[in-house]
Amino acid sequence: MMRPASRPAHTLAVLGWWLLAISLLVVLIIGVLELIPVIRHRGSTLADTPLVNTPPSTRWIIIGVVLTGLTLLGTFAYSMVVMGETVSPDGQPALTIEIVGHRWWWEARYPSTQSSDSFTTANELHIPVGVPVRLQVASADVIHSFWIPRLHGKIDVIPGVRNQFWIRADSAGRYRGQCAEYCGLQHSNMAVYVTAESADQFRSWLAAQSRPAAVPREGETARGQQRFMQTCALCHTVRGSMARGVIGPDLTHLASRETIAGGELTNNRGNLAGWVVNAPSLKPGALMPRIDLEPGDLHAVLSYLETLR
Amino acid sequence: MATVAERLVTAWEPPRSVYSTLASVDHKVIGKRYLATAFVFLIVGGLEAAVIRAQLTRSNEHLLSPEAYNQLFTMHGLTMIFWYAFPILSGFSNYFFPLMVGSRDMAYPRMNAFSYWCFLFSGVFLYTGYAVGLGPDRGWFAYAPLTERLYAPGINMDFYTLALIFLTISGTVGSINFIVTAFKLRAPGMSLGRLPLFMYGTLTASFSIIFALPSLSVACVFLYLDRKFGTHFFDPSGGGSAILWQHLFWIFGHPWVYIVVLPALSFVSMIIPTFARRPIVGYAWNALGVVMTGVIGFGVWVHHMFATGLPPMAMSFFSAGSMTVVIPSAISIFVWLATIWQGRVVLTTSMLFALGFIFLFVIGGVSGVVTAATPFDWTITDTYFVVAHIHYVLVGINLFPVIAAFYYWLPKITGRMLSERVGKWNFWVMFLSFNLGFFPMHISGLLGMPRRIFTYPAGVGWDTVNLITSIGSYIFAIGVLLFVINFFWSLFYGPPAGDNPWDASSLEWATASPPPPYNFEVIPTIGSRDPLWEERLGMGRRSSIHRGPTLAGPGKETLQTSTLDGEPVAILRMPENSMWPFIVSLALLAAFYGLVTSIWWLALAGGVLTLFGVHGWLWPSRTAVES
Amino acid sequence: MATASAEHATRSLEQIYGVPVDELPVGVGGTASTAWWGMAFFIITEATLFAYLFFSYYYLGSRHSRWPPQGVPEMRLAVINTLILVLSSVPMWLADRVLRRGRLALCASLLGAVLLMGVAFLIIEATEWSRQSFTPATNAYSSLFYTITGFHFAHVTLGLLMIVELLYRALVNRIEVRRPLAVRNVAAYWHFVGVVWVVLFLTIYISPRVW
Repeated sequence: MMRPASRPAHTLAVLGWWLLAISLLVVLIIGVLELIPVIRHRGSTLADTPLVNTPPSTRWIIIGVVLTGLTLLGTFAYSMVVMGETVSPDGQPALTIEIVGHRWWWEARYPSTQSSDSFTTANELHIPVGVPVRLQVASADVIHSFWIPRLHGKIDVIPGVRNQFWIRADSAGRYRGQCAEYCGLQHSNMAVYVTAESADQFRSWLAAQSRPAAVPREGETARGQQRFMQTCALCHTVRGSMARGVIGPDLTHLASRETIAGGELTNNRGNLAGWVVNAPSLKPGALMPRIDLEPGDLHAVLSYLETLR
Repeated sequence: MATVAERLVTAWEPPRSVYSTLASVDHKVIGKRYLATAFVFLIVGGLEAAVIRAQLTRSNEHLLSPEAYNQLFTMHGLTMIFWYAFPILSGFSNYFFPLMVGSRDMAYPRMNAFSYWCFLFSGVFLYTGYAVGLGPDRGWFAYAPLTERLYAPGINMDFYTLALIFLTISGTVGSINFIVTAFKLRAPGMSLGRLPLFMYGTLTASFSIIFALPSLSVACVFLYLDRKFGTHFFDPSGGGSAILWQHLFWIFGHPWVYIVVLPALSFVSMIIPTFARRPIVGYAWNALGVVMTGVIGFGVWVHHMFATGLPPMAMSFFSAGSMTVVIPSAISIFVWLATIWQGRVVLTTSMLFALGFIFLFVIGGVSGVVTAATPFDWTITDTYFVVAHIHYVLVGINLFPVIAAFYYWLPKITGRMLSERVGKWNFWVMFLSFNLGFFPMHISGLLGMPRRIFTYPAGVGWDTVNLITSIGSYIFAIGVLLFVINFFWSLFYGPPAGDNPWDASSLEWATASPPPPYNFEVIPTIGSRDPLWEERLGMGRRSSIHRGPTLAGPGKETLQTSTLDGEPVAILRMPENSMWPFIVSLALLAAFYGLVTSIWWLALAGGVLTLFGVHGWLWPSRTAVES
Repeated sequence: MATASAEHATRSLEQIYGVPVDELPVGVGGTASTAWWGMAFFIITEATLFAYLFFSYYYLGSRHSRWPPQGVPEMRLAVINTLILVLSSVPMWLADRVLRRGRLALCASLLGAVLLMGVAFLIIEATEWSRQSFTPATNAYSSLFYTITGFHFAHVTLGLLMIVELLYRALVNRIEVRRPLAVRNVAAYWHFVGVVWVVLFLTIYISPRVW
């Protein structure tokens, strides 16, 4: 609700502020209504206060309830109008991204476009600014919930259910979100970033992401690739290589991402090394196992990973 | 010849022994046990919360491992919602139902004992799991399939399903007992229109339990079978549905919210007239409002599922339902306001807590309306906003009335007054720190902080609000401690209470404090809603409190009256103390241990023992057969 | 003094209601008794339990294009079972009636008849289970099939245990004859179990044939 960066998020925020304002007003009114009789009779004790014998008057109960009812009716009508405005895309969606929730990271599949092939990436989405983007969400395991607070509300990601939602961003920027439905041990470390950029930048990002990874010819990176194929390829995919695993994130353009491990760690050589060697201690419960590599091999693998731009 | 009192004592008060302790069926003994046990669960749940807050005070905290945190927040939720919030209300209801209706016990005294033992043993069962490091760790609403064996391989969640099933047994028999007591055991003349408002809350909650708890049982049985026997109820790959769990859970879960608040509301409806020094304004409105809340409460469960991708039509319907349920709550609030406006407020500690409650009720209520506004719910659901809301509901609308009720009724239960001075400190510390600690949770939610995260990164802007929340919650704990201190102080040094220290109007104040085991020497005859005030209020109808049938033995007897008008129907012979409720619940405990550990012979043995126990329990005495 | 006040109040109650308290019966029978109310609410909550089971059946059914996935269940045994269970309510009803006229021996033999029919029901139900091509772990439908019929099976068993208890009481002369609360309650429970079966039958065996 704070700092909405899109039309739907803004509409929701306005609704939210109105709701909060009305709420505050109601709390204030009732609070004052409580205080007045208390102050009026302050200091009375049981001993010096006789019973009141006036006939009860329910007029104010009726007035209060009717006012409450009208307020609720207005709130309901307003929120239904907002629901109508925000539930489906407010225009022709630029594209549909398929999002798959995993414990504990997000997979994103982009469709092929005129200038790019379809591809899969993880945790960091890019969208063009100023147009709605349709999301088709699914889960690979348990229930997650996809949410970029500054762009729109939530949509639950439920196994066996194909839900649709949409987001848009009206100003360029990088927006953080994280899984909102408790999904186990590392629910806290399941972030997602959405980068909104101009149509041109977005197109070139698409083109870059859809290219297969470069194949290293010689030296350390080639050795690293070899080692990668032996140890990592069962779970990870690198397009343009033999690695076709689907358990972990697609790493074709790993080096273009700013974070790893579901947004928990910044993507730099040190973190990457730690992650490769000892993921279970950095993120207990994650499916990424401990990988035993000779120091030389580790550096080779890291160098290879760094070529995956 | 022995006096009436002596004969009643002979009939109702067995000599103290280990046997009479375990076998007691006295509703007051059971009520006190309920109160004490539930309060212990409150303390335990509070300590768990303290550790949670220590973990969340600042970003990137590593005090707890994620496993430890997940068990902790799940246990905190389960303890507070299931083993504190409802049982504490049952404790009051158990103690005061017979006293308020002028009866000598509940309709089924042994069932009452059974209900307590099941409550206690189910809690013991749950904490056995936690003690051996196998506490439930999937949140209190345990969304499938995260709870399935594939994703939760330990037996942690089997403790969850079985402990809840065990607890539903307690809740169900307890509720039937409340309903039948309220309908059948009232003093002559107490028509339904003269029923103390106290009882409408518990009655409505009891009816809700009868219709809601089976849904929880079904959900838990399904989950147990999925986990132990490989069925596919919640497993999408086997044709099941993850959403089925959500429906079953919330069909139960939302009425449960009203189950844990309506009786508390009704406590307040007793306290406010006493300290506004006048009969309640809008008795019928209030009673109707409470009943309506219970009924409408069954039509709003889907508002917990607004982000699951439902069709907009369904969402509008349940949004409208969720807003409608506010109306009866508004009725209650305006009834209380009208009563204090038309009376003269005497500001005792109990009244302070009651007035503080109204304020928190409004905050918890409006934040509920905010979540019912479907599109905005997409923003706040599963965030700390909802955590704030649930705490305003459970602390504001349950704990505050409960503390108000303790200040109001403990003098009746213990015979000693609590300190008003400490009480006022108690109130202000609790009230201010509660708002200090829990109001900022709304803001963390609006800042995008999801619930159930064991830590958060620095730089997302959640540090300050979390620090404030932690500070507030620790001060709040001090407030609860003040109450505990005041309670123990009163046991030793509190001035004697006398029969009616607050000069209140209802029947429980017509007998001694603490009441004798037989409650009333004579069965009173009731002529109005405020039997102890009618003389001073110049009411035409007069009750007869100190004159009436004594039903003084030889055995335990009380009066059965007609359902609507309270006309005398029959004399009821009440059962003597019995070990069977204890034995049967112990057998059930054994059976549940067998089920959780897959030691099937133990489960079977427990089951068979349960059946034999019931046989022994229900075995008719020769006199019962011949009479 | 106490006695005097009691007498006074007895009079006043008598004046109000026209009944001297001392002459009130000790306990009441039939639907006014607390025992009956207890059983009634027990049945209500149990009925709700079955309602949620059936809700789950229809809910999961509505999410499948083909339901039941393995085709419409064979219903010959279920029809026989329906007849047995519905008919067994007749001797149960009679048992309650004749006991109120003091005919304990006849009541016991009627209860015996119910017991036999109930056992026959259980045997046929178990036979039906053993003939199924699927187990509870096959799919969501099979899970529901076994759980719903299993719950009902357990309830029939419980009803039969109640009847065994009654027969045992009759044998050792511990049955209330004039005001047969226990028999009445067991009868109510037994009829309830029969009604649940009818709904179960309609749900599991008939509804797939209709839709």
